[in-house]
Amino acid sequence: MPVLTYRDALREALREELIRDDRVFLMGEEVAQYNGAYKVSKGLLDEFGPMRIVDTPITELGFAGVGIGSAMVGLRPIIEFMTWNFALLAIDQVVNAAAKMLYMSGGQFPMPMVFRGPNGSALQLSAQHSQAWESWLAHIPGLKVVTPGTPADAKGLLKSAIRDDNPVVFLEGEMLYNTKGEVPQGDYTIPLGKADLKREGDACTIVAHGKMVLVALQVADALAKEGIAVDVVDLRTVRPIDIEAIATSVRKTNRAVVLEEGWEICGVGAQVVDFIQRECFDDLDSPVLRVHQEDVPMPYAKNLERAAKPDAPKAIAAVKKVMYLA
Amino acid sequence: MTTQVPPDTQTQAPSTASAGNNGQPADDQASLRKDLLRSMLIQRRFEERCAEAYALGKIGGFCHLYIGQEAISAGTMSMLRPDDYVVTSYRDHGQAIARGMSPRSVMAELFGRQDGCSGGKGGSMHLFDKSLNFLGGHGIVGGHVPLAAGVGWAIKYRGGDQVCVCFFGEAAVNIGAFHEALNMASLWKLPCVFIIENNRYGMGTEISRATANEDVTARGAAYRMPGESVDAQDVFAVRDAVGRALHLARTQRQPTLLEMRTYRFMGHSMSDAASGTYRTKEELEENMKRDPILVLREKMHAGGELPDGELKKMDDEAKAIAQDAWDFADKSPEPPLSELWEDVLVDTTS
Ligand SMILES: Cc1ncc(C[n+]2csc(CCOP(=O)(O)OP(=O)(O)O)c2C)c(N)n1
Repeated sequence: MPVLTYRDALREALREELIRDDRVFLMGEEVAQYNGAYKVSKGLLDEFGPMRIVDTPITELGFAGVGIGSAMVGLRPIIEFMTWNFALLAIDQVVNAAAKMLYMSGGQFPMPMVFRGPNGSALQLSAQHSQAWESWLAHIPGLKVVTPGTPADAKGLLKSAIRDDNPVVFLEGEMLYNTKGEVPQGDYTIPLGKADLKREGDACTIVAHGKMVLVALQVADALAKEGIAVDVVDLRTVRPIDIEAIATSVRKTNRAVVLEEGWEICGVGAQVVDFIQRECFDDLDSPVLRVHQEDVPMPYAKNLERAAKPDAPKAIAAVKKVMYLA
Repeated sequence: MTTQVPPDTQTQAPSTASAGNNGQPADDQASLRKDLLRSMLIQRRFEERCAEAYALGKIGGFCHLYIGQEAISAGTMSMLRPDDYVVTSYRDHGQAIARGMSPRSVMAELFGRQDGCSGGKGGSMHLFDKSLNFLGGHGIVGGHVPLAAGVGWAIKYRGGDQVCVCFFGEAAVNIGAFHEALNMASLWKLPCVFIIENNRYGMGTEISRATANEDVTARGAAYRMPGESVDAQDVFAVRDAVGRALHLARTQRQPTLLEMRTYRFMGHSMSDAASGTYRTKEELEENMKRDPILVLREKMHAGGELPDGELKKMDDEAKAIAQDAWDFADKSPEPPLSELWEDVLVDTTS
């Protein structure tokens, strides 16, 4: 299988879907002539022209709404946000229009569209540019929220998102674009809402999504050296969440740590813990622990930023704690 | 030059110090020109060092340089009173320094150190100095424009005659927040000066590809706000226009929308090459001929005010200030880890 970056895998998905369905188009800031702020759409303007790959002014609310309107009358837009930090300006359109259109119209207007772009913390970008938004978006009925952690998942999940008749929020890890992995060639899809067991073990379950999948795998490698084998459950989609996959793993390991990039309060991890206590109450040998960003805005200074972010050492400590090894 | 002054606000503001003959004694004029040149030189030399520090990894994250646009900050700040307010965007080093922030505390902030103006928590895009009424450095395009209206509201509320000046790029005029803020500022007669720094590019997008009407000053007409378009490579043209706007704001609480026509000589940020792929090298070189420092220098040379030795002396001073800022920042410690938890909320327990 060819080895591709996460960025290139996303581009393959976009390109193949643009070819497959001429109702699909990509719209956003700098996506066309500039080849994408993060170069995901590199070369697509040359191949598909300016009606399919569309540069917009800096008007997040406006172009999100343009996408929604076009979806109401039969197109299948992909709206790229330069980053999800700026998509907050468009949140009214995403939440009040896209997520509810089908429901409000009694099923008349489906929203076959994708809102996508980089999400999560990056390096020293400070408080307004370094944030993970999945728990905000997962809160909203009517949206699907997808968080791929690997290049192969990125491609298969994006294709599914584009073909889905619902509004899909697709959160790409800003720090994942250069990561590499084997990616199947040609057409394949990964169903939305199905988790993936990325590592197998019996000592503890680590639940992760998005960028934290890489951290979970580092943790699994480090613990394996100490003779501790963990399950890594990659949620892949945080709405819907694959409760069954989590429960199956926890019933085997009897312990769990939930890892996420976002803040603690009302975070995705809180939801996962709720599912675990309902499904696996009698199976648990210890309380479920969570690892997340510290409950502060992201600081700029390198040392403070490092301290604020969830990382492998913090996760290893949590696993040892639920195993009563520390 | 487009000037749209609604009939009921047409007041002749006194022209402020245009180079030469506005009634001020000649030596005042000469020392003013020297101050402006000094301010621009310090900004320029400071930011050249920023580029170097970024390449060495001493500055991280995003770093947007202001080189080429210094006449706007130098000219505007030279017209403000200490009790006026300034709000700006992420391209904020030049304005911070021109407003009087210490290059040391700015550089330390860029280095992410304890002695930075925001204690290392803000970085390049979020410079703040309350003692100078410098209300930041904001990272979301156009998001800070309503804040300026809010400051204007507070001034009016308290009955003061200060003014709030707000800087943003030309691409920000397409953001909804800009329109909502201008409407309220005009409706409520708030003492604000909204300054569009039109460097023709929002990241890699040239204005004509993003903005239906390139005459961005005309945006004010929708809100009955007077406006003016200014050659912002000429620091005195900046001063004149800002002076008129300040007068309207102070005496009538009439907000103004000013377009400063300028050009950035560097990339959008440090991750973007100077000319980028979106503009030609020729265009860049052509515009660099109107470097605001050169423009002022030539004017001073022509008036016999700036012997070669003196310019070099001023420039050496600017370089020394930048070097001193660097040395200071380099020596400043990282913020203590306990700082991570400080400033999230005001402590109300004591
Ligand atoms: C709402 C929002 N969308 C996108 C961005 C990313 N971004 C940062 S600066 C910029 C270009 C802005 O150009 P302009 O307003 O002309 O100011 P300049 O950078 O030229 O000073 C973009 C697209 C952002 N910071 N905020």
